[in-house]
Amino acid sequence: MTQKFTLDGVLIPFEDGETVMQAATRAGKFIPHLCYHPEFKPHGSCKLCTVKVNGRQAAACTLHVSSGMVVENNTEELNAERRALTQMLFVEGNHFCPSCEKSGNCQLQATAYHLGMMSPHYDHFFPSRPVDASHADFFIDFNRCILCSLCVRASRDVDKKNIFALSGRGIKTHLIVNAASGRLADTDFSLADKAAQVCPVGVILHKRQGFAVPIGERTYDKAAISAQHEPIAEEALK
Amino acid sequence: MTSQLETAQHPERLRRVAIDPVSRVEGHGKVTILLDEHNKVHQVRLHIVEFRGFEKFIQGRPYWEVPVMVQRLCGICPVSHHLAASKAMDIIVGVKKLTPTAEKLRRLMHYGQMLQSHALHFFHLSSPDLLFGFDSDVTRRNIVGVAMAHPEIARQGVLLRKFGQEVIRITSGKRIHGTSAVPGGMNKSLSIAERDELLKDIYQIVAWSRDAVQLIKKVHIQDPGLYNSFGTFRSNYMSIVGHNGDLDFYHGKLRARDDNGQIIFDGVDYQHYDRYLEEEVKSWTYMKFPFISALGKEQGWYKVGPLARVQNCNQISTPFAEHERKEFVDYAGGAPMHAPLAYHWTRMIEMLHAAEEIKNLLHDDDLLGNDLMATPGERQWEGVGVIEAPRGTLFHHYRVDENDMVTMANLIVSTTNNNQAMNEAVRNVAHRYLHGREVTDGLLNHIEVAIRAFDPCLSCATHALGKMPLEVELVDPEGRQIDALRRA
Repeated sequence: MTQKFTLDGVLIPFEDGETVMQAATRAGKFIPHLCYHPEFKPHGSCKLCTVKVNGRQAAACTLHVSSGMVVENNTEELNAERRALTQMLFVEGNHFCPSCEKSGNCQLQATAYHLGMMSPHYDHFFPSRPVDASHADFFIDFNRCILCSLCVRASRDVDKKNIFALSGRGIKTHLIVNAASGRLADTDFSLADKAAQVCPVGVILHKRQGFAVPIGERTYDKAAISAQHEPIAEEALK
Repeated sequence: MTSQLETAQHPERLRRVAIDPVSRVEGHGKVTILLDEHNKVHQVRLHIVEFRGFEKFIQGRPYWEVPVMVQRLCGICPVSHHLAASKAMDIIVGVKKLTPTAEKLRRLMHYGQMLQSHALHFFHLSSPDLLFGFDSDVTRRNIVGVAMAHPEIARQGVLLRKFGQEVIRITSGKRIHGTSAVPGGMNKSLSIAERDELLKDIYQIVAWSRDAVQLIKKVHIQDPGLYNSFGTFRSNYMSIVGHNGDLDFYHGKLRARDDNGQIIFDGVDYQHYDRYLEEEVKSWTYMKFPFISALGKEQGWYKVGPLARVQNCNQISTPFAEHERKEFVDYAGGAPMHAPLAYHWTRMIEMLHAAEEIKNLLHDDDLLGNDLMATPGERQWEGVGVIEAPRGTLFHHYRVDENDMVTMANLIVSTTNNNQAMNEAVRNVAHRYLHGREVTDGLLNHIEVAIRAFDPCLSCATHALGKMPLEVELVDPEGRQIDALRRA
């Protein structure tokens, strides 16, 4: 790897075809993200990984690196924008961290801590989103969905089941279950599915596990999200 | 036992004095007093003006989330809600008996909470009244005033509470709102290092707890004319009692006695509490009025908490606390003590018992085990968890559907059990001290002293070192303000 680009003033090696996110992650540099997962094709939707390249903004998960590229990542300007995006995600759904079993293992919560988010700032939408508890082993709490589409991609591309989808447009976009009834119980979703493992927040949850992991031993109790290696979501679910 | 002062015949012609909010208690409440033109008291009510709604919004949530969510009811004794809900969910997952390690860890957490909550109430909230007098200078009638006049007492109070908080942190993961009790057991074991951290201080804690009992006993006995009669009313009383009738904060059977100490019911499995207790709703407060069904709502109300527990049990299993219980019973002369200010004395006996129980548990090898979860049994659809919280008997009752979602929740919290009793105490004090007299700040504090004796938790976290804004307005029969008194 003789090719290099500059990330926050540091020379980072990369291979042909790599994105900024891939090269940075391999070099141990953290770029905040929610919809990116190393095992899936980038989606570029959450915009948390927005970086500045030669003065222009781009998503690090979709932008291929080229030699000599100068990338700004950990700047106050970019982090302020990421913080605002994160705050919007919090107010669009119903994220009650104090009673959420994903707390301490949640990528959204960990990212908010990383970005120094001290309050939601914006008015809460308080949407009404009934949960789906119909499945014997899984529970879907739509209140916490951030539309990262990782479950959609995992079910479609890995499990070949196409159980989840994003429906609606714009602000009305929402996660649905592909069954005539709309209920998870009426699909062949199972424990072994990749889609059962990838949710970065507390939407797709194994039933009856709850608070099995004590405070102090949860994923982000041990180290901040910026200090953790990928893939985060899988570790969090173990 | 029905108060004549609950509802005035012609309130429209009376002037209204309000203590809003009541200070140095947990949460928000207010007292309204209706007086005629001769300052004679016609109506006194303690209103709870907060509406929390937990029973509603827990519906539709998974049962395993409940012990963590409902503890957010309170920041002072969340462990009580955490454990009562966990006990209910133990039933739901078919676990009738926890592993020895899990039960002892839960008990340790609970005793830690009992210690910190009782210390907080006695030293931080009530000792200013007891040490300086009910109508003493308001500027020093707070914990800072205690720290200046009695630095060693204040120091011990702060450190007793701190120790209790450390017990909670080590057993639950956090000082406030931990997550360790889960349906069927615990998620966290205790390391040798953690146990030793607590062991190094526990003997001092027991000693200070003994001193605290001596302090309140001395204060009480020195002025029997005041302490035995202030706000005193007779009532039934209830608590759970443990094996062999022991004082037990964590588990037992329901026992209720009448005002003479005669048993009303005993050995009642709390899974069937709703066959013995009912709740009445009144339009002027958000807090319900529980009563013993067999006696009806006029005669069936009761008190709970330390004064009820210490007199309801047969004995206390730890020696220092048992010695103090016997002294208390002897002082009462063989009949039940009903004086609200005796709550302080019995509260300190309980704190001593909690300290002794913590010491015993820290020497129990079971506590260091790793067998934390019992094997789930047959899934149940309904469960009741009851615990003796610092302020009294706490009921959590849930129904859970086939998809694991909660469909019904009924919580009867300790302070709710004491609702009528607190109202009676307030009416008694108002009649004795305010009737026919000009209202002053010191006289109004007498009302608050009576409420504080019960250590009510009106919700969570409102203390401001005695500087809670308190505004009293005197309004003439036409509604015009004729006088106002403001504490800021």
